[in-house]
Amino acid sequence: MNNLLEVKNVSKYFGDFRALNDVSIDIPQGSIFGLLGPNGAGKTTLIRIINQITIPDSGSVRLAGELLNQNHIKDIGYLPEERGLYKSMKVGEQAIYLAQLKGLSKAEAKIRLKYWFERLEIGDWWNKKIQELSKGMAQKIQFVVTVLHEPKLLIFDEPFSGFDPINANLIKDEILRLRENGATVIFSTHRMESVEELCDDIALINKSNKILDGKLVDVKRQYKINTYEVGIRTNNNSELEKELSEKFNVSKASFKSLEDELKLNIKLQKNESPNALLNYLTNKGEVSHFVELIPSVNDIFIQAVKNN
Amino acid sequence: MNHLPLIIKREYLTKVKNKSFIIMTFLSPIIFITLIAVVAYLSQVNSDKVRVISVLDESGLIENSLKKSENTSYNVLPEMTLEDAKELVKESEGYGLLHILNFSERKPSSKDFTFYSEESPSITLISDIEYDIQSELTLRNRANKGIDVETLNSTKVNIDIAQESFDGEKTSKEGSVFKLIFGCAAGYLLFMFIIIYGNMIMRSVIEEKTSRIIEVIISSVKPVQLMLGKIIGTSLAGITQLVIWIILGGFLMLIVSLVIGINLFETQTPQQEIMQQSLNGFNFDIESLKIAFWSLPLVNLIIAFILFFISGYLLYSSLYAAIGAAVDNETDTQQFMLPIIMPLILAVYIGIFTVIEDPHGVVSTVFSFIPLTSPVVMLMRIPFGVPLWQQALSLLILVGSFMFTVWFAAKIYRVGILMYGKKPSYKELMKWIKY
Repeated sequence: MNNLLEVKNVSKYFGDFRALNDVSIDIPQGSIFGLLGPNGAGKTTLIRIINQITIPDSGSVRLAGELLNQNHIKDIGYLPEERGLYKSMKVGEQAIYLAQLKGLSKAEAKIRLKYWFERLEIGDWWNKKIQELSKGMAQKIQFVVTVLHEPKLLIFDEPFSGFDPINANLIKDEILRLRENGATVIFSTHRMESVEELCDDIALINKSNKILDGKLVDVKRQYKINTYEVGIRTNNNSELEKELSEKFNVSKASFKSLEDELKLNIKLQKNESPNALLNYLTNKGEVSHFVELIPSVNDIFIQAVKNN
Repeated sequence: MNHLPLIIKREYLTKVKNKSFIIMTFLSPIIFITLIAVVAYLSQVNSDKVRVISVLDESGLIENSLKKSENTSYNVLPEMTLEDAKELVKESEGYGLLHILNFSERKPSSKDFTFYSEESPSITLISDIEYDIQSELTLRNRANKGIDVETLNSTKVNIDIAQESFDGEKTSKEGSVFKLIFGCAAGYLLFMFIIIYGNMIMRSVIEEKTSRIIEVIISSVKPVQLMLGKIIGTSLAGITQLVIWIILGGFLMLIVSLVIGINLFETQTPQQEIMQQSLNGFNFDIESLKIAFWSLPLVNLIIAFILFFISGYLLYSSLYAAIGAAVDNETDTQQFMLPIIMPLILAVYIGIFTVIEDPHGVVSTVFSFIPLTSPVVMLMRIPFGVPLWQQALSLLILVGSFMFTVWFAAKIYRVGILMYGKKPSYKELMKWIKY
């Protein structure tokens, strides 16, 4: 397995408060990795440890097989949730300064900034001060600064907050493009629909412990509920419903359809096959809808945190 | 990766390019010089006015011995009652009334002389009058007792003790004045520098916290580097400002002197008059001043000044940086400021009251070793000759505690810059050290 980042048995205490407890996470090369968890679970602490802002009490973090050290600073781009820029500094100057801190030369930083500013159509902001820009505009600049030094690992903490739908989409496309160009992305957010859309892998942290991780597909398989959403038309809907509820675990379903039909969620036992159910149903009437219910990340999140 | 020069450059340029910094840099000397010019001008106008003092002398012994001066004249009143005299002076809007009882039959006492006036009279005027009365009465007494004044004067001897240390280093009273001036100037300069630019460092740390850029920055640089960069960058900006102030101030002073024709360097304010009177015992002449100046341990002074100034300033400014990191906004800084300001003020007071009186006494010596007070106190002591080993030891302690403070401040800084919304207590700060 080719992992870019390997977090092993990391623990961190703040005084008596345990922020992280023996957390291990592997982040595959080239993936978009969703780091999820309720507020205060320890996500930010973990991200800060990866950024070498905080030093773990125990455990190790390896980037591309090497223990984290000062040379890795240029390999990581971090967009924190609590973000900001120097208010009274000009956009261009500031971006160059921050790029230099990441190890770029001044000339190189300038060339790349010009490219990015043109790409995001913000070229005319170069000589403006941050305090003259709107929040969304400042966010765009912050995004550029984060990715400018072309790091191997990008860490985005709530990257879409503060953006309108158009700009959020723009940023999303840029993130996908960066991944195509070889970057690995850690993506921390509370917006489950974007996890659904973007992430290949996820990890769920709750109360300082990792309670779940793996490929998103595997996780979903793990949380499979063996339930099928069914739409069927018969002459007597209520009779069929009665019959089915005797044979299976049945609940009402709702989805859009063209006809007035019987809509049910049918949960199968482990040994029952969906084919058998489908055969059974086709004998009873016209099946217009037969879908396996896949748990959403949202459902998994809530269920996992509740069970923990 | 060493980012220190980069951070220093940014901090310096941001400070120097800041509008209010530029305005302050150029406006301060102008305001300052204007103020001096106005004061000088007013006191000149003031001293042009002649104060007329009426004298009601019932003894008849003093009235003729009061000496007229440039801005004081005396008007001897004919015999009348005190009440009438008061009325008269009030009506004629004279400066005041000196009333002398008839004491010719007895020994004069203070009760015999009273000065009446609308407002409190100037101190210099009263002491002038006292001086005249005293010398007149002394002369009279001597004559009465048959003491020949000429003989008496010729027997007077004036001794100016030559001072020399065991090593053969000559000192003098003139030298003491220089030492005093150097000590006070160095001490005050450090004091002001710490307060002004320490605060500036603190504000810039708070600014990084409130603008939330801090997390981005420290994912690229170590907090210690950021802190040191801030301290050094701000200090360089401070030095720039100071140099401009000195040059601009001197230049303006020269222009004002030439244009208005007031010599600001020689303006006599009442304070200066008093000082001059009290210094009358010293016989200043250029030659002995020169000797005194060159006999100061100049090389030692300059080197010690630079070393103590830098380490003292760094010690305090790292504390300021730590405070900035610990709080969210400037109003919360109060509780932490006191422990910083106290030793600083203490140092200046010890410098002024103790060192000058007894530069090598127990108090001065002890406080010139305690790190928070040593930069100021030692700088004030050095002109009076401090053994090199003492200077070295004190500097060693200072540098040691500076390193400790930087370590300590960096700890607080590292944790504090990421803490929001909490107003930390001292207890909490201690906990941060262990994080």
